Formats: sequence, C-alpha cells, structure tokens
Amino acid sequence: MSGSTTRNFKANAARELANDTLRAALTKSKGHFTDGRTTAAENLPEFEALRDQSRDIKNHTIENLDFYLEAYEEKVRESGGHVHWARTAEDARQIVLGICRSVDAKAVNKGKSMISEECEINEMLEANGIRAVETDLGEYIIQLRGEKPSHIIAPAVHLTKGQVEESFRANHTHLDPDRVLEEPPTLLDEARTILRKKYFEAEVGMTGANLLIAETGSSIIVTNEGNGDLSQLIPKVHIVLASVEKIVPTLEDASTILRVLARSATGQEFSSYTTLSTGPKREGDPDGPEQYHVILLDNGRTDMIGTEFQEMLRCIRCGACMNHCPVYQSVGGHAYGWVYPGPMGSVLSPGLLGVDEAGHLPNASTFCGRCEEVCPVRIPLPKMMRNWREQEFEKHLSPGTARVGLGLWAFMAKRPKLYQLATGLQMRLLARIGHAKGRLSSLPLAKGWTKYRELPAPEGRTFQSRWKSGERPL
Amino acid sequence: MSEAPRVALFVTCLVDLFRPSVGFAAVKLMQDAGCTVEVPEAQTCCGQPAYNSGDRKDTIAIAKQVIAAFEGYDHVVAPSGSCAGMIMKHYPELLADDPDWETRATDLAGRTHELISFLTDVLKVENVAAAFDGTVTYHDSCSGLRELGIHDQPRQLLDGVDGLHLRELEDANVCCGFGGTFCVKYPDISNRMVSNKTEQIVATGAETLLAGDMGCLMNMAGKLQREGANVRVRHVAEVLAGMTDTPAIGEPSDGSAN
Ligand code: SF4
Repeated sequence: MSGSTTRNFKANAARELANDTLRAALTKSKGHFTDGRTTAAENLPEFEALRDQSRDIKNHTIENLDFYLEAYEEKVRESGGHVHWARTAEDARQIVLGICRSVDAKAVNKGKSMISEECEINEMLEANGIRAVETDLGEYIIQLRGEKPSHIIAPAVHLTKGQVEESFRANHTHLDPDRVLEEPPTLLDEARTILRKKYFEAEVGMTGANLLIAETGSSIIVTNEGNGDLSQLIPKVHIVLASVEKIVPTLEDASTILRVLARSATGQEFSSYTTLSTGPKREGDPDGPEQYHVILLDNGRTDMIGTEFQEMLRCIRCGACMNHCPVYQSVGGHAYGWVYPGPMGSVLSPGLLGVDEAGHLPNASTFCGRCEEVCPVRIPLPKMMRNWREQEFEKHLSPGTARVGLGLWAFMAKRPKLYQLATGLQMRLLARIGHAKGRLSSLPLAKGWTKYRELPAPEGRTFQSRWKSGERPL
Repeated sequence: MSEAPRVALFVTCLVDLFRPSVGFAAVKLMQDAGCTVEVPEAQTCCGQPAYNSGDRKDTIAIAKQVIAAFEGYDHVVAPSGSCAGMIMKHYPELLADDPDWETRATDLAGRTHELISFLTDVLKVENVAAAFDGTVTYHDSCSGLRELGIHDQPRQLLDGVDGLHLRELEDANVCCGFGGTFCVKYPDISNRMVSNKTEQIVATGAETLLAGDMGCLMNMAGKLQREGANVRVRHVAEVLAGMTDTPAIGEPSDGSAN
C-alpha cells in the first residue's frame, strides 16, 4: 500500500529516538492518559464487567457480521440515506470522489477519521482539486504541518505547544505577533476562528464513525471539540466513512461500549460530544444535510474473520494500548510507518498491509502485557503479535542470522547433557574474561547488548554443575 | 504439614548460567520452610527464546521435555515469574491440540509456582529470618506481575527483613526493556526503555535494586553500571535468604568463585 514506511521501522525508530522534542511531548502526555484511565476505571465499580460485556457484544457482532450489516443497510435506506460498499481503499476513494463530483464540491469539511487516513482521502481530494479541511484541532495542526497523525485519538500528541504555535504563526499570517498563543485554549480559539468560516464554505462534510447501530441505522461520533457536529450538519452532503467492524446490534450495546470508550481513551467519563446521525434532514428538522451517505470499508478486515486474528476486529480505537505501551512511548507513532501505531497497529497493520511489509511491528514488543491489561475489549494483543511471529518464522521471513542462532540454541536446549557440558564451559570462560570487573563491556556476539550496557559476568561454574558435585546452601 | 513437600527446582537458564547464587538462595528459602528440594537433571530452559521468536515446533519439543522431567513432584518452583508463567500459562495452550500432552501440561501448570509467591501463598511463610542493612527499591517484572499477579508477596516478605527499608520505585510496573531477544533485536528502543528505568531507580536514592527475574536484573544492572550509577543489583531471593555475601550482579568477585 502506498504511503507505508513500516518496512523501515528500525530506521524510523532510530530517527524518532533522536528527537528530543518528541520525547518531551510524549513525557508530558503519558501520565495524563495513564493516570486518567486508572482513576476513571477505579471510580466505576462495574468497569471490569462492562469490559466483559463490550467484548461479548463485539464477539457476537463479528460472528454475525453479515446479518447486522444488512440490517443496518436497510435501516439507513429507510431513513433516506445511501449505503456504499467499498472492498478496498481505492473503492472508497472512488465513491467519495463520485459523491463530491455529483454536487460539484470545491471543499470537504472533515471530522477526525482514521479510515480516511487509511484510504488517503485527503491526498485523493487534493489531487482532484478539492480542498480537504480538517476540523479536529489535532488533525488541523498536522495538516498545517504536512504531517500524519501519530496517535489514533490524539493525532498531534507528538508535538509540543511551542511547535503548534510556530505552525499557527507561519500559516495564519493575519496574526498579530503580540497575540499570546501559548496555551491550548488560546490555540484552540485561534483554530476555531479560522475554521468557523470554513464550515460554511464546504459542500460536503465527512466524518468517521465510532459506532454504527444496526437497530436504528445511526452512526455515532464522539469528540471533545464539537467539530464533528458542525462538519456533518452544515454542508449539503454528509458522508460517513467507516469500516465494517464498527457495527453493533443495538443502541443499548452502543451505550455499553461508550461507557468504556472514553474512560479507556482519555480517562473522561464521557467525551464532551456524543453525536448520533440517522439519515438526511427530514421535513421539519431545523438543520441537517440533504444527502446522507455511508461508505462501509472492508479493506482486508473480513479476511481476518476465522483466523487467529479475528479478535482484533473487536478494537474500538480507544488508544489505551499505545498510551500504556513502553515501546510506543519511546518511539512515538510515526516510527510505525503507517496509520495505526502502537500495539493495535502491531497486530492490525500486518493484517491489512501483509506481514512482509509490517513484519517488524509484531516483533518490536517485549510482551510486557500492559496493552492487554488495559484494552477495554480485552484483545489478547501480545498473543496475536506472537501469532504473527509464528507466521514470519514459517515463511522464513525472520532474519537468517537470528534463525541460525536460534536453531543452534534450540538444538542444544533439547539435549540437556550436551547443553550442560557446553554452557558449563562457556560460562567458565566468560567468568574468566569478566573476572576482574565482574562484567564485560564488549562481547563480539552480544553487540546489541554491550552497545548500551555492561554484561554481568557469570559467577563461574553453573548452578547445575555445582549442585551435581554436592554443593548445598549453608 | 505432615510430610515435607517434595519440590523440584526449575532453576531457569539465566540463574543456572549467570547467577547460581540465586538457585542456592531459592533452595535455602524452601528448605527453611520445610520442603525437600531436588534439582531434576534433564532441565535446560523453559523455551521462551523459541516461543517468542515464533518457533512453535522447537518450543513444543522443549515443553514436552520439561513436562517429562518434572513429573511426580508435589511442586515445581522457579525463581522467575517469566519462566513460571511460561509453564503455567503457555504450555497448556501450546499443547492444546494433543489431548495426552495437554493433560500432562495442565497438571504441571497446576503444580508450578514462582518462588516468592510459592513461599507466601502455598507455604504460608509470613516472615523470613534475614537481615539486610540498607534502602532497597523493587521492580515488578512484567510476567510475574501481569500473568501471575505477583505484587504484594515480595513486599510482604521484604517488610520482615531486619534493617531493610523499601522505597517504592515510580513506574515500578513498567517494562525495563529486556524482553528476551527484544533487547538485542531492537537495541535502540530497549536502551531508551532501560534508561527511563535507571533514571527512576537512581531517583529513589536506594542503594540496592531488587527484582524477581534474572533477565530484567541483568538488563538493569548492566545499564546502571554502564552509567556509573552507585546502585547494587540483586535477585530478591538472595536478600530474603540472607545470602548477600556474594558480590552483587556484575560486581567483581573476590576471586574464589572459580
Ligand atoms: S486494541 Fe484495545 S486498547 Fe488498543 S485501541 Fe483497540 S480497543 Fe483500544
């Protein structure tokens, strides 16, 4: 898929690790998300039960996906809307373009949508002379900077306030240089002033969806800025671009999931705005779009059904896994090289891009398990990363040197006598080399280790040989 | 207890090779609590290097070997949450397709424990007779914490050690960046993670860092030493067993170990 640099994960990561501003930005946001989630979870006695229910709702829906999608489609039609099926990102782009052209659109207002990123809608619009206006503050900022989101709910989390101010001053040339723009509220005000004007210029408004409801044919978005509401209410046409697994059976199910979503994401009990939209403007409605379109994107997701990765389709895109991931917190979202970073991306991206392209991601994990611990729908992320590693191993995609080393080790590990003989000798040798200092500062076969740390020398003889020769604790 | 429980020590590859003292400390702690401890000869490693590299076939072969070697003991105990977790949580899953082996794996999983939680939760040890003068801090290794729920147990026993003062580590539950082969496959990322960790360790002002897993301990010790930090690193079992005469991890020995 175009636009992915996932293959270069190692180089990307090295570049990001050297970026001190990124480090400052991540350090600042980390505690905010993790402490927030902890408190929110502790304050709701039924939080764990709600996680179980959310998991079960999503499992049930995925097992009956065609049924609920068809039911949803019918409801959307009944309410006067249109449903379009997109097998691929290219299909989705063509459908969006077709709708825009049908109303001769010059500009599209956009609410935050990761599916739009996945389908590279902005690039397509611009290439066709249509302006894409991001209305979410974070998305707006990175659009100004020509960047990609680095987080699925906080797209500009990799930036500091200073960098945002810089971008505003560079782009909003009307700004009085003395105007204070240092704090998030003043930055938000400035963005609002610009965006409010633009809301009224666009012919098409496009949003994602946090949930789609089969029972009513509604789509739900949650935001903290209310930008999504304006994007979808003011223009003539509202396009909802969502992936198929966003569907849930009923409003009741949606409310169960919403109760864990914001708590897991930001630690809020509920996002500031939860907006349902069902069909176009009806007679007597004070406002609303004339046309309502839903584009349902598959793009490889249904291929995951029936495989060991099916459970990944439960993901509700809360971002908790990356907020708690020490690898994500070290390298930031851009290192992952595509739309979905962090643990969820490490499982999903190989599914959508292929394991040849995204093979690094499931390997770049210590399996510390924090992601699974906080995932509101209890996705066993480490287990699925291991499944990808197994596929890579079987396809011989893992590096040759690592395979030889591992093969040799496994050969020995399966032969205890030989193992004990060989390791006994090696350890005594290492102990002798590291004897004076108690540690080794460099070792040819352990460069990855000794580049950054000392290798503690072994004490001498192995435990097993000492035990066998009769040594016992005093 | 009517008869002394017969315990097999799964010493773990890193303790076996790098830090036998931890093995002897484990044996002492269990003997003091009334166990008969044996060390089955056919043990090498729990198989995690293969398992986490996606090599399922070799992992299964190693798992079967461990299962066979540890049959018949009342308990199997490892001084590591990671290796105990491998046997307890992953062996049954790995062998789920083979009914005979799955039964044996589940049986072993039920008898297997991480050392410190074995002392407190199974043997009901409340206090160890040990003394250690100084301030320590404690890192919760990931598998022990999240797979096995080990958190209070080491703190409870450390609380009873004479002269020991525990100062809690900020982000004690965050990974130290070891991750087995991760630390050599992604050294730059691992380095950032362990640097964050050592910064917080140093900030506690503790003279000694303790944890329950050799991998994490070697990683943190190696980094602290590279940075020239004045912090000694030990496995928690060494302190609980009162066996702290040996040099700390990565410190020079007095020359008698060979
Ligand atoms: S995998 Fe879980 S924690 Fe991560 S974004 Fe999805 S739902 Fe949230």
